[in-house]
Amino acid sequence: MAGGTSSSIMETFFQRNLEDLIKGLRLQLIGESAFISKALDEIRREVKSTDPHTKSNAIHKLSYLASLHFHDMSWAAFHVVEVMSSSRFAHKRIGYQAASLSFHDDTPVLLLITNQLRKDLTSTNEFEVSLALECLSRISTTDLARDLTPEIFTLLSTTKLFVRRKAIGVALRVFAKYPDAVRVCFKRLVENLESPDQQILSAVVGVFCELASNDPGSYLPLAPEFYRILIDSKNNWVLIKVLKIFAKLAPLEPRLAKRVVEPICEHMRRTGAKSLMFECVRTVVSSFSEYESAVKLAVVKIRELLVDDDPNLKYLGLRGLSIVTLKHSWAVLENKEVVIKSLSDADPNIKLESLRLVMAMVSESNVVEISRVLVNYSLKSDPEFCNEILGSILSTCSRNVYEIIVDFDWYVSLLGEMSRIPHCQKGDEIENQLIDIGMRVNDVRPELVQVARDLLIDPALLGNPFLHRILSAAAWVSGEYVEFSRNPFELMEALLQPRTSLLPPSIRAVYIHSAFKVLVFCLHSFILQKGHFTSSCPDNLVPGISALALKREMPESSDLITCEAPPTHGEQDEGFNPRVSNQSCEDLSVEHDGDRTISHGQTSMHDSSEKNSFTYESIVNLINVVELALDPLTGSHDVEVLERARNVLCFIELIKAELPECLVQKETSVDSEDVKAFKIIELMSDAFSEELGPVSVSAQERVPLPEGLILKENLDDLETICGEVQVPPSNLFSFGSPYGEEKGVFFSDLHSKEESEPSTEATSLLTEHRKRHGLYYLPSEKNEILANDYPPANDSKWKNNLNNDTEDLVKLTAQSLVSNKKPNHAKPRPVVVKLDDGDVGSISAKRPEAKDDLLSGAVREVLLGSDVIPTSQSNESNKSFGKRKGKEKLNMEPSTELKENLGDSEKPDLEKPRSRRSKHRTHGKDRRHKSPENINEEREENGLRGKQKSSHRHARHKARQRADALLTVVSQTPVIPDFLL
Amino acid sequence: MIRAVMVMNTQGKARLAKFYDFQDSRLVYKHYATLYFVLVFDSSENELAMLDLIQVFVETLDKCFKNVCELDLVFNYSKVFNDEFSLNPILTGEKIHTILDEIIFGGQVLETSSTEVMKAVEEISRLETASNSITLVPKAVSGWRNR
Repeated sequence: MAGGTSSSIMETFFQRNLEDLIKGLRLQLIGESAFISKALDEIRREVKSTDPHTKSNAIHKLSYLASLHFHDMSWAAFHVVEVMSSSRFAHKRIGYQAASLSFHDDTPVLLLITNQLRKDLTSTNEFEVSLALECLSRISTTDLARDLTPEIFTLLSTTKLFVRRKAIGVALRVFAKYPDAVRVCFKRLVENLESPDQQILSAVVGVFCELASNDPGSYLPLAPEFYRILIDSKNNWVLIKVLKIFAKLAPLEPRLAKRVVEPICEHMRRTGAKSLMFECVRTVVSSFSEYESAVKLAVVKIRELLVDDDPNLKYLGLRGLSIVTLKHSWAVLENKEVVIKSLSDADPNIKLESLRLVMAMVSESNVVEISRVLVNYSLKSDPEFCNEILGSILSTCSRNVYEIIVDFDWYVSLLGEMSRIPHCQKGDEIENQLIDIGMRVNDVRPELVQVARDLLIDPALLGNPFLHRILSAAAWVSGEYVEFSRNPFELMEALLQPRTSLLPPSIRAVYIHSAFKVLVFCLHSFILQKGHFTSSCPDNLVPGISALALKREMPESSDLITCEAPPTHGEQDEGFNPRVSNQSCEDLSVEHDGDRTISHGQTSMHDSSEKNSFTYESIVNLINVVELALDPLTGSHDVEVLERARNVLCFIELIKAELPECLVQKETSVDSEDVKAFKIIELMSDAFSEELGPVSVSAQERVPLPEGLILKENLDDLETICGEVQVPPSNLFSFGSPYGEEKGVFFSDLHSKEESEPSTEATSLLTEHRKRHGLYYLPSEKNEILANDYPPANDSKWKNNLNNDTEDLVKLTAQSLVSNKKPNHAKPRPVVVKLDDGDVGSISAKRPEAKDDLLSGAVREVLLGSDVIPTSQSNESNKSFGKRKGKEKLNMEPSTELKENLGDSEKPDLEKPRSRRSKHRTHGKDRRHKSPENINEEREENGLRGKQKSSHRHARHKARQRADALLTVVSQTPVIPDFLL
Repeated sequence: MIRAVMVMNTQGKARLAKFYDFQDSRLVYKHYATLYFVLVFDSSENELAMLDLIQVFVETLDKCFKNVCELDLVFNYSKVFNDEFSLNPILTGEKIHTILDEIIFGGQVLETSSTEVMKAVEEISRLETASNSITLVPKAVSGWRNR
């Protein structure tokens, strides 16, 4: 006995208190975590002590460690409750503090504290009450809120202002947890709005501001009270909160806005407090933007903020401006210089905000200039902000499927330029856009290929990992749209240059596959060109037709001659000296340039000269280059690279055998073309020429559900997730026509432009590079036994999708064409493929919030009068409440509707406006005893609302009536009388 | 409402952290010597008003600790208000928390006058010391007697 007591005494005297703990923590030599775990062990022991002093001290230390060193203290929950129930204030305080720190909805011991809280809430010591209230404001659960509602109700009108303030604050949490508490406490809360005490007023207005921010509609009936405060109050805190409330209420009630806007402007003019002034500005520009004079005044005030030296004010000025911009773009234009100047501010937030504003100014007409300014600016700024700028240019320009871009040639070259900015880390986005534009905008492809070529050909870019994704897109574009390339041979060399070994395998695979496409294109063009010459077609025939003709001839003639591989091919190939072929390749490009300058506008002439460029030597050289580059990759460890490389090599094997024969027989006859190689090339070319289009976001949804597939019935939760994912409004698909039909056009487009200066530079770079690493370019001979046919390496999934939707897509293309507004520009905007899909938007639109519904429903009932409200006798009635509230939430109609379904639910002639009108009047009268000066206003509002909304409402009546019927059956007597009426 | 109040030093070490709700949105901070005072809040608060509130908070601390510094905050948990009882270890008042609780209640701004806050804090301290001084002596005596 004596031993036990003395040990507790010893503990008391020798226990380390919090101060010791903190000092020890600062001086410890064993490491912080070791020290803390030692301290925690101590606490675990001490907390079990029978001495309340020791126990509370332990809890005190524990809560310190939990709050600043983030150690779990849930294990001590029961001890916290013990300390809370101590009769000594100091202990109690520690206990309450610990509870509000560590308890949450799932803490099991919460059930034990209800009585303790009740006791402390009714204590005569106001500080004990305030402890309990503070705790309740942070940990209150539904159960606690329900059980303690009567105590809160009492405290809401206590004469001790110190406590009443806190009780008002607690009401917020209680309402949120237990909406039915509104029926008990709401009236008292409202009464506090008339309190002369500024602190009380501040607290209650704060609570209403919080409530109204979730569901403003329910609090419209209180507008007269708030109006009075707005006029009378001199307290800036209160005024700010009231302004917040009006910012929410005004959009719902035009008449209210009209009355309120003048006092707000008055405050704006008069006040010396920047916070209040800014709040007025924000209220005006966000909720009263249709009041021209008020907005003008607000913009003047914003300007004052913008030119202020305080970065906080400047930032807020920019914020304000960005809100105004949504409706009044003139405001930004007026302050343009300040905004642009802020781009170079020292404060990163100010820079970001002004960037956002600059982007908000962007339109079709100025996008080129603004982007130019910003890109120049990004070159000068730090990496982080540079990428911020690039990111916002990219997102602004791509908004709504490149809505503001008229000159896509410009935009594509801008993308190329952005890729070269040293700090650029927006590879992913640029990659997406390059491919996206390629697929959507037919007319821009020549320029796109040119940009891609410029990127690919620069060996320096391969060293920057941030650019790899862009290069991947460039490689894909140049392979997919190789027909627009000015010099496929050059492209091939760029794709196969030695430095591609720096790329990650996945991107390297794209390079190889693009090289494959380029190769097939060259071979195919070579054949076509040969057919062009050898066939008897006249020269002025467009190549497309000759191609068709060729195709027609093929099946007939193919039967006649079955081709064998010529035995001599090995010798033939050996005959080609690498230097000679290199030479020819360079000659070729020179020749090109010459051709181009000569044959401007003369397309037919030009075509033939272009065709000439695919000489037999150049083709063989091309094949050699490819073989040489890809051969080492057959040993690659990456499956994708290996596979792609093998595809190409085997294809070469397949055709190589017969290629020399083509040359030999070139002059003899047309029939000689019917060798197997031609067929293979034809096949591959066809496979690659299938156009790839963008895939609709909703493509998956259009696939019919297979029979027998059982999906989970309720997918609501999934829908909310998907709704967020499917935000982009853009919808996509492909062109109906494969490019084969348009072949005749592209060559002529192509050469209308001069070769640009940097590209020749790049070419020479490449040549030099090639010379230096000459050994990589030596041709070599490989005579492997060739494998069988490969299926086209195209992705079949894409094609399937396209085929399924082709009809839809064509239709939709036509639609988007029609709806496309063309601005008056020198250059017509090319067609951008997109489609409007309604269902995507609607998915993300609705978002149910059950709790708020309950709360706002309860508030409306209390405010607007009703006589059939049960509190919470049965679960059944609660449930039906919930359902009904849900319905009301849908049409944000606060007063009249509610009165109908609650007050008039027994009347059969609900839908007649007269009954509704009379109800208003009684409502107005009822209010009179409370605040007579507001009746007129109130009635006006109600009447107006009734008129406005009556038309919408009829459709919903039936459903609601049914719910009401159910309700009246369940509930008989009003338990809580209506305080307001 | 106000979502959280944090005080940290220039090394990013937290000196005070109090959360009222676990969603964050906007944030203002004020820098005093080695301390950053941070308020996290949502759209129903005014940014400049929040800055003022930090000012109120710091003013109150200043009154309480006579030129508040980081060490005051470190030791606030054990700082004794009434010196005559300083021998008693249980007299610790969580000074900063007490002050903060008087200014911000459940995320709502409650009091913006530092004198009012001080009044309440003093009152609470007195109450604590009183509740302790009454019972400590008999307990200690009885303890010794039993021995």
